[in-house]
Amino acid sequence: MTRFFQTLKTAPYTAWFGMAVILLVAIIAILAPVIAPYGETAVVGEQYEPWSSQFLLGTDNLGRDMFSRLIYGTRNTVGLALLTTAIAFTVGSLLGIVAAVVGGMTDRLLSRIIDVIMAIPSLILALMLLTIVGASIASMVLVIALIYVAPVFRLARASAQSVVVMDYIQAARLRGEGLGWLVVREVLPNIASTLVAEFGLRFCFVFLFIAALSFLGLGIQPPTADWGSMLKENATLISFGDITPLLPAAAIAVLTVSINFVVDWMLHRSSGLKD
Amino acid sequence: MKTVGKDRPPLLTIRDLRIEGKSTNGWTRLVDGVDLDLARGEVLGLIGESGAGKSTLGLAAMGFTRDGCRITSGSIGFDGIDLARCGEHVRRDFRGKRIAYVAQSAAASFNPAHKLIDQHCEAPVVKKVMPRAKAEAEAVELYRKMRLPQPEGIGFRYPHQVSGGQLQRAMTAMAMACKPDLIIFDEPTTALDVTTQIEVLASIRDIVEQFGTAAIYISHDLAVVAQMADRIMVLKNGRTVETAETRTMLSAPQEEYTKSLWAVRSLERPRQERGTGARPVMSLKNVDAGYGAAKVLEDVSFDIHCGQTVAVVGESGSGKSTAARVISGILKPSRGEVLFEGRKLPADYLSRSREDLRHVQMIYQMPDTALNPRQSIRDIIGRPVEFYLGLKGREKEQRIRALLEQIELDPAIYMDRRPTELSGGQKQRIGIARALAAEPKFIICDEVTSALDQLVAAGILALLARVQKERDLALMFITHDLATVKAVADEVVVMQHGRVVETGAVETVFANPAHAYTTHLLQSVPEMDPDWLTRRTMSNRAVPA
Repeated sequence: MTRFFQTLKTAPYTAWFGMAVILLVAIIAILAPVIAPYGETAVVGEQYEPWSSQFLLGTDNLGRDMFSRLIYGTRNTVGLALLTTAIAFTVGSLLGIVAAVVGGMTDRLLSRIIDVIMAIPSLILALMLLTIVGASIASMVLVIALIYVAPVFRLARASAQSVVVMDYIQAARLRGEGLGWLVVREVLPNIASTLVAEFGLRFCFVFLFIAALSFLGLGIQPPTADWGSMLKENATLISFGDITPLLPAAAIAVLTVSINFVVDWMLHRSSGLKD
Repeated sequence: MKTVGKDRPPLLTIRDLRIEGKSTNGWTRLVDGVDLDLARGEVLGLIGESGAGKSTLGLAAMGFTRDGCRITSGSIGFDGIDLARCGEHVRRDFRGKRIAYVAQSAAASFNPAHKLIDQHCEAPVVKKVMPRAKAEAEAVELYRKMRLPQPEGIGFRYPHQVSGGQLQRAMTAMAMACKPDLIIFDEPTTALDVTTQIEVLASIRDIVEQFGTAAIYISHDLAVVAQMADRIMVLKNGRTVETAETRTMLSAPQEEYTKSLWAVRSLERPRQERGTGARPVMSLKNVDAGYGAAKVLEDVSFDIHCGQTVAVVGESGSGKSTAARVISGILKPSRGEVLFEGRKLPADYLSRSREDLRHVQMIYQMPDTALNPRQSIRDIIGRPVEFYLGLKGREKEQRIRALLEQIELDPAIYMDRRPTELSGGQKQRIGIARALAAEPKFIICDEVTSALDQLVAAGILALLARVQKERDLALMFITHDLATVKAVADEVVVMQHGRVVETGAVETVFANPAHAYTTHLLQSVPEMDPDWLTRRTMSNRAVPA
């Protein structure tokens, strides 16, 4: 624990900024019902009301409070992105390490399946799969997770390959250790920093992907508040020179940049560079 | 051997040099107030264990420090100019032209994308010493002087197309391209086999003498330095321990530390007699093995008995490590079998029982890659204890403590450290403890001391000898260092091109080698005698091999 705080001390100010924003977003997401002045889907005023003391950021196309929806949107968008990325990483990295450790036919088979997924443009694949299985939150999470298993698998496999040639892996194999031990106890800890850094980066992509799908109408369905669909619903206001609909977009941008600041710092640390 | 005249003009004068390197907690002294004088045409040997500051000092002689290092005080006078204070353009002009550098690994120092001669001619052309055509002609001449095969053609090959020894000679030729006043040789033969080393040493010495170039020769092997240097300087922790003429240094070293550099050579171990009729612990019977179509082992057979150490020697590519891979079951032999206590072991380690795996343990060459950097010492040693012996909780804890005490590391201090917090020698001890934790009958030691300093290596060898005696272990000791063989082994197996050319008791084989290759191998080991190389090269030329 003390080591953790010592590491924090060496963080550059960009990483500090990133961590502060992430912490803030996390607090907002957890305490959404406490912070938000109105309910998520409650119609509380007229259509497109301007910013006022009553409606901090005005109201949207149905007269719902923008500020409240933005806060609830944090919960939905960020929460789902986190869940999706977590699934993609668990599946992708485990399969990737297994492919590297076992090698041979298993490796070839898994790699070719992943190649097939990567060969189809991800947005088109997602739209197609969602049309087949129907647009629901569960299917969206699983479809996006499937798409993001591919790059995670490739990264995990490539980093694990440089670890499996080490003598300590040979020593573990010769000891008679099973696949589970090799994957989880011997290889995974050695590529964890790379995977964590990649997690931050992929999280942003997934996040943008969900926003994009919501914008296209196939992601999080109304009336659930979500930054992507909020942008779509209020796009009309842009032509009147009002920046309100851009606020969800700004929230997406700030969170993405913040995560990347932290990820950059972690990548830098795991690469062992000084200064 | 040249005699050192006092009248020779000084070339390099280093005074009270201090260099610091950046570490996690501030700056650490790497070179701490060293004085060094080098006359024109003189060869100075720098010797010491790793971390002594040899390479840092060698590079400083070019006015260069590695990234994250800085010269804090002192002067580096080269031919009247202080390299520590002059501008970078002056230093850059000197490098390659008047001061050249030959690195330890020629394979890593040549650019693999360019032909040798292109890289050779770069310095003379860029520094405007001579035009390209003349540089090429001189390159061929230098290749000839370095006794490279086909001097006209070899320059047009890429680095991966020539052998390690040839590459090291090409690198020396390249350093000579501008006829520099000073060459720094940083362990140029450390990565080479003894038989290759002797050729490279001879050609380096010849060319340095012919051109009258001054040189700083860095090595950790005193016997090698003795062949090359007029004077030897011993370094420890960035300070000079002693400096003396080579012969004086060898015959009458002043400091205790200098004497300790002989450590491995003076190691003695009582020989174990093989009990007649006893069944060997491990034997290879008529084993053929290879990678794909390439055959690496041919008809290899040898036995290893209880309580005995069998050294397997030979140059790289002779199949020593492949034999170990066959025994451990990583490589399936195409013919022949592996017998453990007279019982045939399955060829593939995956089909061996846990009990069979337990009795065949390995200790690896590189302690850095042999231990998982993400596990604590407790986990590394504790795993085999739990896995093979089924010990848990307090019993496991006690066993780990006992093992750490056995390898002479304090459990209270080291139990929860990670490998990265240990020195090379300590890591190798942990590797030994991990093998011992399985309570095996047989351990393969694959070049276990070659990555370590002499003094540390001696400690490791003494430890191995002790635990072997305590547990009546059979050891297979793979090495290319014949001095180590003399110190630790009972029997020796000499391998060449994948075949066993000679086996027998160490005394018999060393005193009375039956095979020409064994003789050649034995004669290639540098001796602590400054005239050894001269004698060897003379006799080699008299009787062409």
